[in-house]
Amino acid sequence: MKCQHCEKPATFHITELIQPNGPVKVHLCEDHARIYLAQGSEESPPNALASLLAKQLKLEQTAEQLAKLDKKTCPVCGISFAEFRQAGRLGCAYDYECFKDDLEPLLVNIHGAKLHKGKRPNRTTGAPDRQHRLLQLRREMQDAIGKEKYERAAEIRDLIRRIDEGDPTVWDELGQ
Amino acid sequence: MLLAVELNDLVGKCGQWLRGAGPESDIVISTRIRLARNLAEFPFVRRATSDERAQITKLVRKKVESVPQWADNLFLNVEGMTEVDRQFLVERQLMSLELADGTGDRAVAIEPEERFSIMVNEEDHLRIQVMCSGLDVQNAWQRIDEIDDLLQERLNFAFSEQLGYLTACPTNVGTGLRVSVMLHLPALVVTREIEKVFRSLQKINVAVRGLYGEGSQFMGDFYQISNQITLGRSEEDLVQTVSEVVPRVIEYERKARQFLLHESEQDLHDDVSRAYGILSTARKISSEETLHYLSKVRMGVNLGLINALDISTINKLFIHTQPAHLQKLCGHEMTTADRNIERAKYLQESLKTK
Repeated sequence: MKCQHCEKPATFHITELIQPNGPVKVHLCEDHARIYLAQGSEESPPNALASLLAKQLKLEQTAEQLAKLDKKTCPVCGISFAEFRQAGRLGCAYDYECFKDDLEPLLVNIHGAKLHKGKRPNRTTGAPDRQHRLLQLRREMQDAIGKEKYERAAEIRDLIRRIDEGDPTVWDELGQ
Repeated sequence: MLLAVELNDLVGKCGQWLRGAGPESDIVISTRIRLARNLAEFPFVRRATSDERAQITKLVRKKVESVPQWADNLFLNVEGMTEVDRQFLVERQLMSLELADGTGDRAVAIEPEERFSIMVNEEDHLRIQVMCSGLDVQNAWQRIDEIDDLLQERLNFAFSEQLGYLTACPTNVGTGLRVSVMLHLPALVVTREIEKVFRSLQKINVAVRGLYGEGSQFMGDFYQISNQITLGRSEEDLVQTVSEVVPRVIEYERKARQFLLHESEQDLHDDVSRAYGILSTARKISSEETLHYLSKVRMGVNLGLINALDISTINKLFIHTQPAHLQKLCGHEMTTADRNIERAKYLQESLKTK
Protein backbone atom coordinates (compact mmCIF):
# COMPACT_ATOMS: atom_id res chain seq x y z
CA MET A 1 0.00 0.00 0.00
CA LYS A 2 1.22 3.48 -0.87
CA CYS A 3 1.28 6.51 1.41
CA GLN A 4 -1.76 8.76 0.95
CA HIS A 5 0.44 11.78 0.32
CA CYS A 6 3.31 10.47 -1.78
CA GLU A 7 4.63 7.51 -3.72
CA LYS A 8 6.51 5.89 -0.85
CA PRO A 9 5.17 2.71 0.78
CA ALA A 10 2.84 3.29 3.74
CA THR A 11 4.45 1.95 6.88
CA PHE A 12 2.12 3.61 9.40
CA HIS A 13 -1.54 2.67 9.49
CA ILE A 14 -3.28 4.88 11.96
CA THR A 15 -6.90 4.61 12.96
CA GLU A 16 -8.40 7.82 14.29
CA LEU A 17 -11.16 6.87 16.65
CA ILE A 18 -12.50 10.28 17.59
CA GLN A 19 -13.62 11.47 14.18
CA PRO A 20 -17.29 12.61 14.14
CA ASN A 21 -18.26 10.13 11.40
CA GLY A 22 -16.72 7.08 12.99
CA PRO A 23 -13.18 5.72 12.83
CA VAL A 24 -11.00 6.88 9.96
CA LYS A 25 -7.99 4.95 8.71
CA VAL A 26 -4.91 6.81 7.58
CA HIS A 27 -2.05 5.19 5.68
CA LEU A 28 1.23 7.07 5.63
CA CYS A 29 4.93 6.74 4.99
CA GLU A 30 7.26 7.49 7.85
CA ASP A 31 7.84 11.13 6.87
CA HIS A 32 4.18 11.93 6.45
CA ALA A 33 3.26 10.04 9.61
CA ARG A 34 5.64 12.28 11.51
CA ILE A 35 4.02 15.38 10.00
CA TYR A 36 0.55 14.05 10.58
CA LEU A 37 1.15 13.21 14.19
CA ALA A 38 2.99 16.38 15.03
CA GLN A 39 0.07 18.36 13.62
CA GLY A 40 -2.23 16.73 16.07
CA SER A 41 0.04 17.39 19.00
CA GLU A 42 -0.72 21.02 19.72
CA GLU A 43 -4.41 21.29 20.43
CA SER A 44 -6.09 18.02 19.62
CA PRO A 45 -6.24 14.96 21.86
CA PRO A 46 -3.05 12.95 22.03
CA ASN A 47 -4.48 9.72 20.67
CA ALA A 48 -2.48 10.04 17.47
CA LEU A 49 0.77 10.07 19.39
CA ALA A 50 -0.34 7.13 21.46
CA SER A 51 -1.28 5.24 18.29
CA LEU A 52 2.12 5.86 16.81
CA LEU A 53 3.73 4.59 19.95
CA ALA A 54 1.49 1.57 20.15
CA LYS A 55 2.15 0.78 16.52
CA GLN A 56 5.85 1.09 16.92
CA LEU A 57 5.93 -1.04 20.01
CA LYS A 58 3.85 -3.75 18.42
CA LEU A 59 6.26 -3.92 15.53
CA GLU A 60 9.27 -4.23 17.72
CA GLN A 61 8.04 -6.38 20.56
CA THR A 62 6.16 -9.55 21.22
CA ALA A 63 2.86 -9.39 23.09
CA GLU A 64 4.63 -10.76 26.12
CA GLN A 65 7.30 -8.08 26.07
CA LEU A 66 4.67 -5.41 25.55
CA ALA A 67 2.58 -6.65 28.48
CA LYS A 68 5.68 -6.55 30.65
CA LEU A 69 6.57 -3.04 29.51
CA ASP A 70 3.02 -1.83 30.11
CA LYS A 71 3.31 -2.85 33.74
CA LYS A 72 6.51 -0.87 34.27
CA THR A 73 5.73 1.92 36.74
CA CYS A 74 7.49 5.13 37.65
CA PRO A 75 8.58 5.02 41.31
CA VAL A 76 8.11 8.79 41.71
CA CYS A 77 4.67 9.54 40.21
CA GLY A 78 3.26 6.03 39.94
CA ILE A 79 2.24 6.22 36.26
CA SER A 80 2.48 2.93 34.36
CA PHE A 81 3.74 2.72 30.80
CA ALA A 82 0.29 1.49 29.74
CA GLU A 83 -1.24 4.67 31.16
CA PHE A 84 1.25 6.76 29.22
CA ARG A 85 0.49 4.85 26.02
CA GLN A 86 -3.18 5.50 26.52
CA ALA A 87 -3.03 9.19 27.40
CA GLY A 88 0.08 10.20 25.45
CA ARG A 89 1.11 12.30 28.43
CA LEU A 90 3.76 11.55 31.03
CA GLY A 91 3.24 11.82 34.78
CA CYS A 92 6.39 13.55 35.98
CA ALA A 93 9.85 14.64 34.89
CA TYR A 94 11.37 11.41 36.23
CA ASP A 95 9.42 9.38 33.65
CA TYR A 96 11.96 10.49 31.04
CA GLU A 97 14.60 8.71 33.13
CA CYS A 98 12.49 5.75 34.19
CA PHE A 99 11.18 4.96 30.66
CA LYS A 100 14.33 6.25 28.95
CA ASP A 101 14.97 3.32 26.62
CA ASP A 102 11.30 2.94 25.75
CA LEU A 103 10.83 6.61 24.95
CA GLU A 104 13.97 7.08 22.89
CA PRO A 105 12.66 5.55 19.63
CA LEU A 106 9.52 7.67 19.98
CA LEU A 107 11.54 10.86 20.42
CA VAL A 108 13.65 10.01 17.40
CA ASN A 109 10.47 9.44 15.44
CA ILE A 110 8.93 12.74 16.43
CA HIS A 111 11.97 15.01 16.39
CA GLY A 112 14.56 13.16 14.38
CA ALA A 113 16.90 13.74 17.32
CA LYS A 114 17.50 12.63 20.88
CA LEU A 115 19.76 15.35 22.27
CA HIS A 116 18.76 18.84 23.35
CA LYS A 117 20.48 21.80 21.77
CA GLY A 118 19.64 25.23 23.05
CA LYS A 119 18.76 27.12 26.16
CA ARG A 120 19.49 25.80 29.64
CA PRO A 121 18.57 27.11 33.07
CA ASN A 122 21.36 28.62 35.14
CA ARG A 123 20.04 27.73 38.56
CA THR A 124 22.04 25.38 40.77
CA THR A 125 19.16 22.93 41.12
CA GLY A 126 19.59 22.11 37.43
CA ALA A 127 21.26 18.73 38.05
CA PRO A 128 18.75 15.95 37.35
CA ASP A 129 19.37 13.94 40.53
CA ARG A 130 18.62 17.06 42.54
CA GLN A 131 15.45 17.70 40.57
CA HIS A 132 14.21 14.18 41.21
CA ARG A 133 15.09 14.53 44.86
CA LEU A 134 12.90 17.64 45.02
CA LEU A 135 10.04 15.82 43.35
CA GLN A 136 10.44 12.96 45.82
CA LEU A 137 10.56 15.32 48.80
CA ARG A 138 7.31 16.87 47.66
CA ARG A 139 5.70 13.43 47.45
CA GLU A 140 7.10 12.40 50.83
CA MET A 141 5.60 15.53 52.32
CA GLN A 142 2.18 14.64 50.85
CA ASP A 143 2.52 11.14 52.28
CA ALA A 144 3.48 12.44 55.69
CA ILE A 145 0.44 14.74 55.70
CA GLY A 146 -1.76 11.81 54.64
CA LYS A 147 -0.43 9.72 57.52
CA GLU A 148 -0.84 12.67 59.91
CA LYS A 149 2.90 12.78 60.56
CA TYR A 150 2.84 16.55 60.70
CA GLU A 151 6.23 16.99 62.30
CA ARG A 152 7.93 15.10 59.48
CA ALA A 153 5.86 17.03 56.93
CA ALA A 154 7.00 20.32 58.44
CA GLU A 155 10.65 19.22 58.27
CA ILE A 156 10.33 18.36 54.61
CA ARG A 157 8.48 21.61 53.91
CA ASP A 158 11.40 23.56 55.41
CA LEU A 159 13.86 21.67 53.23
CA ILE A 160 11.82 22.44 50.12
CA ARG A 161 11.58 26.09 51.11
CA ARG A 162 15.37 26.31 51.45
CA ILE A 163 15.82 24.72 48.02
CA ASP A 164 13.32 27.23 46.58
CA GLU A 165 15.31 30.06 48.09
CA GLY A 166 18.52 28.72 46.55
CA ASP A 167 20.24 27.79 49.83
CA PRO A 168 23.24 25.64 48.70
CA THR A 169 23.88 24.07 52.13
CA VAL A 170 20.65 22.13 51.99
CA TRP A 171 22.11 19.66 49.49
CA ASP A 172 24.93 18.72 51.87
CA GLU A 173 22.31 17.87 54.46
CA LEU A 174 20.50 15.73 51.95
CA GLY A 175 23.77 14.03 51.04
CA GLN A 176 23.87 15.28 47.43
CA MET B 1 -15.67 41.99 42.59
CA LEU B 2 -12.10 42.93 41.87
CA LEU B 3 -11.48 40.12 39.40
CA ALA B 4 -14.43 41.01 37.20
CA VAL B 5 -13.38 44.64 37.06
CA GLU B 6 -9.90 43.66 36.00
CA LEU B 7 -11.08 41.35 33.25
CA ASN B 8 -13.67 43.85 32.06
CA ASP B 9 -10.94 46.41 31.63
CA LEU B 10 -9.88 44.46 28.54
CA VAL B 11 -13.28 44.42 26.87
CA GLY B 12 -13.38 47.72 25.01
CA LYS B 13 -9.68 47.60 24.16
CA CYS B 14 -7.72 45.59 21.68
CA GLY B 15 -4.48 43.73 22.27
CA GLN B 16 -1.25 45.19 20.87
CA TRP B 17 -0.95 42.19 18.60
CA LEU B 18 -4.14 43.15 16.71
CA ARG B 19 -3.17 46.67 15.84
CA GLY B 20 -2.33 45.60 12.29
CA ALA B 21 0.87 47.60 12.18
CA GLY B 22 3.65 45.03 12.30
CA PRO B 23 5.79 43.90 9.35
CA GLU B 24 3.79 42.33 6.47
CA SER B 25 0.56 42.97 8.32
CA ASP B 26 -1.49 42.91 5.10
CA ILE B 27 -1.02 39.13 5.17
CA VAL B 28 0.37 38.20 8.58
CA ILE B 29 -2.09 38.77 11.41
CA SER B 30 0.17 37.86 14.28
CA THR B 31 3.27 36.04 15.48
CA ARG B 32 3.08 33.98 18.64
CA ILE B 33 5.72 32.01 20.48
CA ARG B 34 5.03 29.76 23.40
CA LEU B 35 7.35 27.95 25.78
CA ALA B 36 6.31 24.90 27.79
CA ARG B 37 7.88 24.70 31.25
CA ASN B 38 7.37 22.49 34.29
CA LEU B 39 8.35 22.92 37.91
CA ALA B 40 10.95 20.36 38.97
CA GLU B 41 9.42 19.64 42.35
CA PHE B 42 5.88 18.76 41.22
CA PRO B 43 4.48 15.91 39.12
CA PHE B 44 3.09 17.01 35.74
CA VAL B 45 -0.40 18.52 35.80
CA ARG B 46 -2.39 15.40 34.90
CA ARG B 47 -0.75 13.48 37.70
CA ALA B 48 -0.79 16.23 40.32
CA THR B 49 -3.25 16.05 43.22
CA SER B 50 -5.71 18.93 43.62
CA ASP B 51 -3.65 20.10 46.57
CA GLU B 52 -0.48 20.10 44.48
CA ARG B 53 -2.24 22.00 41.70
CA ALA B 54 -3.29 24.64 44.19
CA GLN B 55 0.31 24.86 45.45
CA ILE B 56 1.60 25.24 41.89
CA THR B 57 -0.78 28.15 41.18
CA LYS B 58 0.09 29.79 44.47
CA LEU B 59 3.83 29.44 43.93
CA VAL B 60 3.74 30.71 40.35
CA ARG B 61 1.53 33.63 41.36
CA LYS B 62 3.92 34.61 44.14
CA LYS B 63 6.92 34.47 41.81
CA VAL B 64 5.19 36.27 38.93
CA GLU B 65 4.10 39.03 41.30
CA SER B 66 7.66 39.39 42.57
CA VAL B 67 8.87 40.62 39.16
CA PRO B 68 8.94 44.43 39.51
CA GLN B 69 8.21 45.17 35.84
CA TRP B 70 5.12 42.94 35.95
CA ALA B 71 3.41 44.83 38.76
CA ASP B 72 0.42 45.66 36.53
CA ASN B 73 -0.17 42.12 35.28
CA LEU B 74 -3.56 40.57 35.87
CA PHE B 75 -3.48 37.18 37.56
CA LEU B 76 -6.80 35.43 36.99
CA ASN B 77 -8.14 32.28 38.57
CA VAL B 78 -9.73 30.36 35.69
CA GLU B 79 -11.68 27.92 37.86
CA GLY B 80 -13.71 30.74 39.41
CA MET B 81 -14.60 32.39 36.10
CA THR B 82 -17.92 32.37 34.28
CA GLU B 83 -18.20 30.44 31.02
CA VAL B 84 -18.42 33.69 29.04
CA ASP B 85 -15.30 35.14 30.67
CA ARG B 86 -13.34 32.00 29.84
CA GLN B 87 -14.50 32.04 26.26
CA PHE B 88 -13.68 35.74 26.08
CA LEU B 89 -10.04 35.05 26.97
CA VAL B 90 -9.90 32.19 24.45
CA GLU B 91 -11.26 34.41 21.66
CA ARG B 92 -8.64 36.94 22.58
CA GLN B 93 -6.02 34.19 22.39
CA LEU B 94 -4.82 34.94 25.91
CA MET B 95 -5.50 31.38 26.93
CA SER B 96 -6.08 28.06 25.22
CA LEU B 97 -9.32 26.15 24.89
CA GLU B 98 -7.69 23.37 26.89
CA LEU B 99 -7.13 25.68 29.86
CA ALA B 100 -10.65 27.13 29.55
CA ASP B 101 -12.35 23.74 29.41
CA GLY B 102 -10.09 22.07 31.94
CA THR B 103 -10.91 21.26 35.54
CA GLY B 104 -9.21 21.99 38.84
CA ASP B 105 -6.97 24.78 39.98
CA ARG B 106 -5.61 26.74 37.02
CA ALA B 107 -4.82 30.34 36.23
CA VAL B 108 -3.62 32.84 33.65
CA ALA B 109 -1.38 35.88 34.08
CA ILE B 110 -1.92 38.61 31.50
CA GLU B 111 0.18 41.62 30.66
CA PRO B 112 -2.21 44.62 30.45
CA GLU B 113 -1.28 45.44 26.84
CA GLU B 114 -1.76 41.73 26.04
CA ARG B 115 1.78 41.34 24.80
CA PHE B 116 2.20 38.15 26.78
CA SER B 117 0.33 35.73 29.00
CA ILE B 118 1.34 32.86 31.24
CA MET B 119 -1.01 29.90 31.61
CA VAL B 120 -0.69 27.87 34.80
CA ASN B 121 -1.72 24.20 35.04
CA GLU B 122 -2.60 23.74 31.40
CA GLU B 123 -0.97 20.62 29.92
CA ASP B 124 2.31 21.78 31.47
CA HIS B 125 2.71 23.73 34.70
CA LEU B 126 3.56 26.84 32.71
CA ARG B 127 2.80 27.83 29.16
CA ILE B 128 4.34 31.21 28.45
CA GLN B 129 3.19 32.95 25.30
CA VAL B 130 4.17 36.18 23.58
CA MET B 131 2.05 37.83 20.88
CA CYS B 132 3.20 40.36 18.27
CA SER B 133 1.38 42.12 15.46
CA GLY B 134 2.49 41.09 11.96
CA LEU B 135 5.55 38.99 11.18
CA ASP B 136 7.95 39.67 14.02
CA VAL B 137 9.47 36.31 14.94
CA GLN B 138 12.89 37.50 16.13
CA ASN B 139 11.37 40.17 18.34
CA ALA B 140 8.89 37.67 19.78
CA TRP B 141 11.73 35.27 20.59
CA GLN B 142 13.80 37.98 22.30
CA ARG B 143 10.86 38.95 24.43
CA ILE B 144 9.86 35.45 25.46
CA ASP B 145 13.51 34.62 26.18
CA GLU B 146 13.62 37.54 28.63
CA ILE B 147 10.35 36.51 30.26
CA ASP B 148 11.67 32.95 30.58
CA ASP B 149 14.89 34.28 32.17
CA LEU B 150 12.92 36.26 34.75
CA LEU B 151 10.92 33.15 35.62
CA GLN B 152 14.00 30.89 35.71
CA GLU B 153 15.59 33.19 38.27
CA ARG B 154 12.62 32.47 40.51
CA LEU B 155 11.46 28.92 39.70
CA ASN B 156 13.15 25.53 39.27
CA PHE B 157 12.26 24.21 35.86
CA ALA B 158 12.44 20.50 35.12
CA PHE B 159 15.44 20.11 32.83
CA SER B 160 17.78 17.35 31.71
CA GLU B 161 21.14 17.78 29.99
CA GLN B 162 20.19 15.25 27.30
CA LEU B 163 16.55 16.15 26.71
CA GLY B 164 16.36 19.81 27.68
CA TYR B 165 13.15 21.14 29.23
CA LEU B 166 10.95 18.22 30.23
CA THR B 167 7.31 18.41 29.18
CA ALA B 168 4.19 16.34 29.77
CA CYS B 169 3.98 15.43 26.09
CA PRO B 170 7.14 14.12 24.38
CA THR B 171 6.27 16.22 21.30
CA ASN B 172 7.29 19.39 23.20
CA VAL B 173 10.41 18.18 24.98
CA GLY B 174 13.74 19.98 24.44
CA THR B 175 13.16 23.66 23.81
CA GLY B 176 9.42 23.48 24.59
CA LEU B 177 9.14 26.11 21.90
CA ARG B 178 6.37 26.58 19.37
CA VAL B 179 6.49 29.52 16.96
CA SER B 180 3.14 30.13 15.25
CA VAL B 181 2.54 32.68 12.56
CA MET B 182 -1.09 33.37 11.63
CA LEU B 183 -1.57 34.25 7.98
CA HIS B 184 -4.52 35.48 5.97
CA LEU B 185 -4.34 33.69 2.61
CA PRO B 186 -7.61 34.30 0.75
CA ALA B 187 -6.07 34.56 -2.73
CA LEU B 188 -4.21 31.25 -2.39
CA VAL B 189 -7.50 29.65 -1.35
CA VAL B 190 -9.46 31.15 -4.26
CA THR B 191 -6.82 30.19 -6.82
CA ARG B 192 -6.54 26.70 -5.28
CA GLU B 193 -2.80 27.05 -4.95
CA ILE B 194 -2.83 26.55 -1.21
CA GLU B 195 -2.40 22.77 -1.25
CA LYS B 196 0.66 23.08 -3.40
CA VAL B 197 2.24 25.59 -1.03
CA PHE B 198 1.56 23.38 1.95
CA ARG B 199 2.98 20.29 0.35
CA SER B 200 6.25 22.11 -0.16
CA LEU B 201 6.24 23.28 3.47
CA GLN B 202 5.67 19.85 4.93
CA LYS B 203 8.93 18.64 3.48
CA ILE B 204 10.82 20.98 5.80
CA ASN B 205 9.18 20.09 9.10
CA VAL B 206 6.83 23.02 9.24
CA ALA B 207 3.21 22.37 10.19
CA VAL B 208 0.26 24.18 8.69
CA ARG B 209 -3.12 24.28 10.31
CA GLY B 210 -6.40 25.91 9.39
CA LEU B 211 -8.30 27.84 12.00
CA TYR B 212 -11.70 26.80 13.26
CA GLY B 213 -14.71 28.91 14.03
CA GLU B 214 -17.48 28.73 16.58
CA GLY B 215 -19.09 25.50 15.40
CA SER B 216 -15.77 23.84 14.57
CA GLN B 217 -16.53 24.76 10.97
CA PHE B 218 -13.43 25.22 8.93
CA MET B 219 -12.52 28.86 8.33
CA GLY B 220 -10.88 28.68 4.97
CA ASP B 221 -8.71 31.74 4.80
CA PHE B 222 -6.71 31.74 8.02
CA TYR B 223 -3.74 29.47 8.42
CA GLN B 224 -1.16 28.99 11.08
CA ILE B 225 2.42 28.01 10.27
CA SER B 226 4.51 26.58 13.07
CA ASN B 227 7.59 24.47 13.78
CA GLN B 228 6.94 20.79 14.42
CA ILE B 229 10.18 19.77 16.03
CA THR B 230 11.25 20.98 19.46
CA LEU B 231 14.23 18.72 20.23
CA GLY B 232 17.71 18.66 18.71
CA ARG B 233 17.69 22.19 17.35
CA SER B 234 18.32 25.45 19.18
CA GLU B 235 15.61 28.05 19.74
CA GLU B 236 17.37 30.45 17.36
CA ASP B 237 17.49 27.75 14.74
CA LEU B 238 13.77 26.95 15.06
CA VAL B 239 12.87 30.63 15.01
CA GLN B 240 15.06 31.13 11.94
CA THR B 241 13.37 28.32 10.02
CA VAL B 242 9.93 29.82 10.51
CA SER B 243 11.12 33.34 9.70
CA GLU B 244 12.62 32.07 6.46
CA VAL B 245 9.59 30.06 5.39
CA VAL B 246 6.84 32.60 6.02
CA PRO B 247 8.10 35.25 3.54
CA ARG B 248 7.93 32.63 0.81
CA VAL B 249 4.27 31.99 1.58
CA ILE B 250 3.63 35.74 1.71
CA GLU B 251 5.17 36.09 -1.71
CA TYR B 252 2.91 33.35 -3.13
CA GLU B 253 -0.14 35.05 -1.63
CA ARG B 254 0.89 38.44 -3.08
CA LYS B 255 1.38 36.88 -6.50
CA ALA B 256 -2.00 35.19 -6.29
CA ARG B 257 -3.63 38.50 -5.33
CA GLN B 258 -1.99 40.27 -8.24
CA PHE B 259 -3.06 37.46 -10.52
CA LEU B 260 -6.67 37.86 -9.38
CA LEU B 261 -6.49 41.63 -9.84
CA HIS B 262 -5.00 41.24 -13.27
CA GLU B 263 -7.17 38.40 -14.56
CA SER B 264 -10.52 39.13 -12.97
CA GLU B 265 -10.57 42.51 -11.32
CA GLN B 266 -14.30 42.98 -11.95
CA ASP B 267 -15.18 39.69 -10.29
CA LEU B 268 -12.86 40.30 -7.37
CA HIS B 269 -14.11 43.84 -6.86
CA ASP B 270 -17.70 42.62 -7.05
CA ASP B 271 -16.99 39.85 -4.55
CA VAL B 272 -15.39 42.07 -1.91
CA SER B 273 -18.01 44.81 -2.39
CA ARG B 274 -20.85 42.33 -1.90
CA ALA B 275 -19.15 41.06 1.25
CA TYR B 276 -18.85 44.63 2.50
CA GLY B 277 -22.49 45.24 1.60
CA ILE B 278 -23.71 42.21 3.54
CA LEU B 279 -21.64 43.03 6.62
CA SER B 280 -22.79 46.64 6.70
CA THR B 281 -26.49 46.03 6.05
CA ALA B 282 -27.42 42.58 7.39
CA ARG B 283 -29.93 42.45 10.24
CA LYS B 284 -28.77 39.14 11.64
CA ILE B 285 -25.54 37.30 10.97
CA SER B 286 -23.72 34.27 12.41
CA SER B 287 -20.09 34.36 13.47
CA GLU B 288 -19.10 31.95 10.66
CA GLU B 289 -20.70 34.18 8.05
CA THR B 290 -19.07 37.21 9.58
CA LEU B 291 -15.62 35.64 9.43
CA HIS B 292 -16.20 34.57 5.86
CA TYR B 293 -17.13 38.08 4.67
CA LEU B 294 -14.63 39.90 6.87
CA SER B 295 -11.94 37.83 5.23
CA LYS B 296 -12.98 39.08 1.79
CA VAL B 297 -13.27 42.68 2.99
CA ARG B 298 -9.82 42.46 4.53
CA MET B 299 -8.31 41.46 1.22
CA GLY B 300 -10.33 44.23 -0.49
CA VAL B 301 -8.90 46.84 1.85
CA ASN B 302 -5.36 45.55 1.33
CA LEU B 303 -5.75 45.71 -2.44
CA GLY B 304 -7.20 49.21 -2.38
CA LEU B 305 -10.62 48.04 -3.59
CA ILE B 306 -12.28 49.34 -0.42
CA ASN B 307 -11.00 52.67 0.86
CA ALA B 308 -13.37 53.52 3.69
CA LEU B 309 -11.77 51.16 6.22
CA ASP B 310 -8.42 50.40 7.80
CA ILE B 311 -6.91 47.05 8.71
CA SER B 312 -6.87 47.61 12.46
CA THR B 313 -10.69 48.14 12.40
CA ILE B 314 -11.13 44.86 10.55
CA ASN B 315 -8.73 43.01 12.82
CA LYS B 316 -10.72 44.29 15.77
CA LEU B 317 -14.01 43.16 14.19
CA PHE B 318 -12.68 39.61 13.80
CA ILE B 319 -12.37 39.42 17.58
CA HIS B 320 -15.23 41.64 18.73
CA THR B 321 -17.89 39.82 16.70
CA GLN B 322 -17.15 36.48 18.34
CA PRO B 323 -19.76 35.18 20.80
CA ALA B 324 -18.16 35.95 24.16
CA HIS B 325 -16.91 39.36 23.03
CA LEU B 326 -20.37 40.40 21.87
CA GLN B 327 -21.82 39.37 25.20
CA LYS B 328 -19.13 41.21 27.14
CA LEU B 329 -19.58 44.32 25.00
CA CYS B 330 -23.34 44.25 25.58
CA GLY B 331 -22.89 43.51 29.24
CA HIS B 332 -25.20 40.50 29.42
CA GLU B 333 -25.52 36.89 28.25
CA MET B 334 -27.40 36.19 25.01
CA THR B 335 -28.79 33.25 23.05
CA THR B 336 -27.31 32.45 19.64
CA ALA B 337 -30.30 34.07 17.89
CA ASP B 338 -29.95 37.26 19.92
CA ARG B 339 -26.23 37.31 19.29
CA ASN B 340 -26.80 37.14 15.54
CA ILE B 341 -28.98 40.25 15.74
CA GLU B 342 -26.57 42.04 18.06
CA ARG B 343 -23.62 41.10 15.84
CA ALA B 344 -25.34 42.62 12.79
CA LYS B 345 -26.00 45.83 14.74
CA TYR B 346 -22.41 45.99 15.92
CA LEU B 347 -21.10 45.49 12.37
CA GLN B 348 -23.41 48.17 10.97
CA GLU B 349 -22.28 50.62 13.59
CA SER B 350 -18.58 49.87 13.05
CA LEU B 351 -18.72 49.91 9.27
CA LYS B 352 -20.71 53.12 8.95
CA THR B 353 -18.94 55.42 6.51
CA LYS B 354 -17.47 58.28 8.42
